Amino acid sequence: MNWITNYVRPRINSLFSRREVPENLWIKCPECGQMLFHRELADNLNVCTNCDHHMAFSPRERFSALFDNGIFTEVKVPAPVADPLHFKDQKRYPDRLKAAQKATDEAEAMLVAEGEIGRTPIVAAAQDFAFMAGSMGMYVGNAIVAAAERAVKLRRPLVLFSAAGGARMQEGILSLMQMPRTTVAVDMVKEAGLPYIVVLTHPTTGGVTASYAMLGDVQIAEPNALICFAGPRVIEQTIREKLPEGFQRAEYLLDHGMLDRVTHRREMKDELVTILRMLLRETPAVRGDLPAPEPDEIAALDTSAKASADGAGAAKK
Amino acid sequence: MTNYLEFEKPLAEIEGKAEELRAMARANKEMDIEKEAAALDRKAETMLRDLYADLSAWRKCQVARHPDRPHCEDYIKALFTEYTPLAGDRNFADDHAVIGGLARLGDVPVMVFGQEKGNDTKSRIDRNFGMARPEGYRKAVRLMDIADRFGLPVITLVDTTGAYPGKGAEERGQAEAIARSTEKCLALRVPLISVIIGEGGSGGAVAFATGNTVMMLEHSVYSVISPEGCASILWKDADKMREAAEAMRLTAQDLKALGVIDRIIAEPVGGAHRARAETIAAVGKALEVELAALAKKKPETLRDERRKKFLGMGAKGLAA
Repeated sequence: MNWITNYVRPRINSLFSRREVPENLWIKCPECGQMLFHRELADNLNVCTNCDHHMAFSPRERFSALFDNGIFTEVKVPAPVADPLHFKDQKRYPDRLKAAQKATDEAEAMLVAEGEIGRTPIVAAAQDFAFMAGSMGMYVGNAIVAAAERAVKLRRPLVLFSAAGGARMQEGILSLMQMPRTTVAVDMVKEAGLPYIVVLTHPTTGGVTASYAMLGDVQIAEPNALICFAGPRVIEQTIREKLPEGFQRAEYLLDHGMLDRVTHRREMKDELVTILRMLLRETPAVRGDLPAPEPDEIAALDTSAKASADGAGAAKK
Repeated sequence: MTNYLEFEKPLAEIEGKAEELRAMARANKEMDIEKEAAALDRKAETMLRDLYADLSAWRKCQVARHPDRPHCEDYIKALFTEYTPLAGDRNFADDHAVIGGLARLGDVPVMVFGQEKGNDTKSRIDRNFGMARPEGYRKAVRLMDIADRFGLPVITLVDTTGAYPGKGAEERGQAEAIARSTEKCLALRVPLISVIIGEGGSGGAVAFATGNTVMMLEHSVYSVISPEGCASILWKDADKMREAAEAMRLTAQDLKALGVIDRIIAEPVGGAHRARAETIAAVGKALEVELAALAKKKPETLRDERRKKFLGMGAKGLAA
């Protein structure tokens, strides 16, 4: 060991490894192994073009695809007490949080937004599995409370996309307390007579499944999503037997009466619009391009567009 | 015969010696050992007090799981009269891990239920070690419905490692069952008082313990996951449960500081398993006091206050 191995070589390597082309142009489908071109995959909403496997979809990507013209306004989520238990396992909790923030470029594991889908105003919340396994701590609790309050205030339905390993262990009992807390929040939406729709995405497990993610008026899941309380590995270790094919997957839950529907990501938006507009007793959604507006409608649109211009800016990121 | 915990080994030795001396004295009437035996007794007593004065989080877990600790059924039998168990979820089965029904606390008719772990191999298997399946939560929802309809206060006694990680339990939707039970707790227009009497394990505990007043016995624990589970996930080593127990803040004292529970019920020196009747009586007294305080409140107030409390849960961290 000398300064050449410690200093010079890494410097030289780093000079040579700086390539002009971005990495990950090709993404391998974890299910069928097919190599997929990133742009093609993005156009297909991160669903494998070969085997229809639904890959991870970040909240921001999801909202861009969900909301009309990709326009949405973020709903502000209050920041909770940081590291309430002064938790340390092999790493300090604040360090784990920082690493997750750097890796995802997001503040925390849930994004809340308002906007229109099929010209139907909604509030939506989406959980980010890439952020510490989407785990539910105080922030996710705050996000769901904020989403519910916003939905009640604007009298809009709440659509929630779940994805989580469960509770945020680093927040201990306080993460457990988010179960009753989020239950109160979604009940506020229901009691206001507004639809609460849950879309379960891969994977949704643990305390999240045992609270807000199973309390929707309508429960929809993406194909093959793992949905459970106790995970398959824990169960196999406990009962010491092999679990059946497809156990705890969306289709299995549908068969066992735990879900209303299993819906392909491509059809999700249309389906949400259809269901919501019926629950809200509104006219059927207009499919395809809208007819050209009349001149007086344009004038009306102009004024309303100005009013909402400030809010829409937040969607661009 | 006392069941000694691992950390009580030195105590077991001293108490064993005192017992031995007395046995010898019984066999041989000439011997006068009373002085030595009494000295050993005093030493044991001091040691017991010292051991229990400052239990680590992991030791508390062991005490909370002690096989001789009074269980749900012990409390129901001792504290309530006219106990009339009600069974079944009207869907699938009767879950023997959850017991409960109508009973009177003093003169007041109430609905009482909780998880029962069992006391010997046979009853433990019958009770599934106190781990409810979906039917248990659905039975609880039924009982709460009845209580709500007839204005009866609900008392829950929580003692569970957690939900049951089994195939059938998952197939029959235990996540949904837990969520509905928590939701029902929050919707009640009658008082709901919960006592964590042993282990408050994860969702299985929350489903019963979302109450107006949540109390914990001094050496009981309440956590999001077992220390072993937490250790195997975060430390990748289940043997780090001591560290995990410490980090998770699962003791009654920490939970009180965090505002998660309302009251700690003191246990006799040496823990509930050494003075069962005394512990049960202390819980009974606390229940009567809390019930009297809630009985004056209007149905809507009870519900609103409970919801407000849980909506604000976690706003406060531990002091730096």
